[in-house]
Amino acid sequence: MISSNSYNDTFKNLRINKDTRVICQGFTGKQGTFHSQQAIEYGTKLVGGVSPKKGGITHLGLPVFNTVAEAARELKPDASVIYVPPNFAATAIIDAIHAEIPLVVTITEGIPQQDMVKVVKVLKSQNKTRLIGPNCPGIIAPGGCKIGIMPGHIHKVGKVGIVSRSGTLTYEAVNQTTQVNLGQTLCVGIGGDPFNGTNFIDCLKVFLEDEDTKGIILIGEIGGSAEEEAAEFLKEHNLTRSQPKPVVSFIAGLTAPPGRRMGHAGAIIAGGKGTAGDKITALENAGVVVSRSPARLGITLREEMEKAGLA
Amino acid sequence: LSKGHQKRNLAIHEYLSMELLNQYGVNTPKGGVARTPQEAFEVAKKLGTEDAVIKAQVLAGGRGKGVFESGLKGGVRPIFSPTEAEKFAKQMLGHKLITKQTGSAGKICNSVYIVERKFVRREYYFAILQDRKTQGPVIVASSQGGVDIESVAAENPDAILTLGVDINVGLKKDDALSLAEKLGFSPKIRDEAADMMQKLYKLFIDKDCTQVEINPMAESVEHEVLCMDAKLNFDDNSEFRQKDIFALRDTSQEDPREVAAAKYNLNYIGLEGRIGLNGAGLAMSTMDIIKLHGGEPANFLDVGGGATAEQVTEAFKIISSDPQVTAILVNIFGGIMRCDIIAQGIIQATSQLSLTIPVIVRLQGTEVNAAKKLIAESGLRIISVDDLDEAASKSVQLSKIVDIAREANIRVSFELPI
Repeated sequence: MISSNSYNDTFKNLRINKDTRVICQGFTGKQGTFHSQQAIEYGTKLVGGVSPKKGGITHLGLPVFNTVAEAARELKPDASVIYVPPNFAATAIIDAIHAEIPLVVTITEGIPQQDMVKVVKVLKSQNKTRLIGPNCPGIIAPGGCKIGIMPGHIHKVGKVGIVSRSGTLTYEAVNQTTQVNLGQTLCVGIGGDPFNGTNFIDCLKVFLEDEDTKGIILIGEIGGSAEEEAAEFLKEHNLTRSQPKPVVSFIAGLTAPPGRRMGHAGAIIAGGKGTAGDKITALENAGVVVSRSPARLGITLREEMEKAGLA
Repeated sequence: LSKGHQKRNLAIHEYLSMELLNQYGVNTPKGGVARTPQEAFEVAKKLGTEDAVIKAQVLAGGRGKGVFESGLKGGVRPIFSPTEAEKFAKQMLGHKLITKQTGSAGKICNSVYIVERKFVRREYYFAILQDRKTQGPVIVASSQGGVDIESVAAENPDAILTLGVDINVGLKKDDALSLAEKLGFSPKIRDEAADMMQKLYKLFIDKDCTQVEINPMAESVEHEVLCMDAKLNFDDNSEFRQKDIFALRDTSQEDPREVAAAKYNLNYIGLEGRIGLNGAGLAMSTMDIIKLHGGEPANFLDVGGGATAEQVTEAFKIISSDPQVTAILVNIFGGIMRCDIIAQGIIQATSQLSLTIPVIVRLQGTEVNAAKKLIAESGLRIISVDDLDEAASKSVQLSKIVDIAREANIRVSFELPI
């Protein structure tokens, strides 16, 4: 009998490092090829890929398989990165789950919501595979393993864990923490889709448990309640530590005008929550320092870490 | 300009939604669409009833209380004869309807829907959506339909019922019957209501809807169950497999700049209530930082990943076509997108358009040094700034200079120091 928390436990699979072996689904496509080259240049241990009907050839000097199942059997990868187009991506994710690949990172944007609802059901009924995304820039352990489309050169090995809903804002946070000489341990872009595999809390669990991570940056935005839930989690698990880890956050959309509403059901379900103001209050109550400017994340975290004697 | 992403989820006209409901065997009042006053007369005549309603087909809420440019008050009006239908159609068709949701620009009314007026004894609210929290389809329903449902939810949360549906199982008859009972449908029509709910769920799934909202689902005085109104939204991501639905898109209801931007694969974000849906993190945060420095962003245009110089030029054209704009701030963090490509586009645009307003560019990431070199060597009035804070602050300061000059009715031009 699988317990209902079993998918949650797979958050440990987020801990990638220089030894993480990665395969690429959609390997021979334009995106797959370009980003695989970039990954190899960065030093990621890419070991092969999947491209239906092209099994048996080599691509970028690596073996290509027809299916994820075959690739998994032969290569025993720790992770798979998916660059498959949106009309086939959900199937690709499910294939990877069936092959029990420990970490699946789906970069693809534009997967129909309904398809992802079905994927999430499969995901949550098992405890071997952790999904990040879809519609996300990926995950990177600087100096070790880059799985995704982020520009490697702005990263620096260091002490900060970064988790973000927004792709390009992640790069701002990375750039700033590199410039103030903090560097990063692990950066996760969880993506902007409403139905996805990993949320803030999953990443915060990793950051709190990881000894090398001394500070945390969380980037959220208006809509949904992920930030409020993260705040609750931090209250319970970070503030109660003998030495809470400094957390700095930015919530995009504070000054955005109210969104155009298409029908009321969504608003009813949200119960009036989800504004930037609500999120900021919730996070501040959990001891998080919320920067009002996206340009001051690095500096603010540096200050907090110096105060705590961690930088 | 910034790199980001935004979803709107397709909406279609009321008469098309009602037709779709009918295709799924869902009962609605009888009606027909008309695009000319003569057609309106004929549709009304064919309906053969003395009690009908004429509804402006405009994609915005608040039509009933809206006002037409022509002076006519009300986008939803009762009519009592084909002649009246024709008369009102004339005042509606080809005119803009301004409602609380359209903003002062209003939206053009190119068709009207003439529908028989049904007298109802009870009104219910019924909606289906894909819910983030439960990560699946959810039904939201209330026995207090027909009115401002959000006030109901706020004042009397017990009046709102929710039911999660397992997407692999669907809406079973028993669950639908139980919901109909809880809502207060009388035993005689409970079965009909439950059947209707199942059909609406099937439509929701078949057509990749993000939301199906029926307000009200009504019991008529003749004890029929009908959907009196329908708001359907469709997942933009499903366009590749819902070509028929997406062919129903009416671009006349969208901001023309959005339509122009979409042609070049760009996302235009107008400021009246568009931001706040998914994505566009960097766009929103750029707006946040401009406001922090005391400025007012007029609009935003998102350039997708892998933009070409041509796309950047088109983006500039669209943004600078807004006469309110007094400065342009470009904020790009290039990952896969190369900064030098963006720089080429900006240089092209600035010289092609002979822009007199200042252009402040903040580029970071891939090939940023090549980009800065190109900009410096272009000899154009493009100000390059590395720090986001500084870029925002400069944009605001320079835009104030332009504002002051315009107020004083003089032209100002910017020179870069050598």
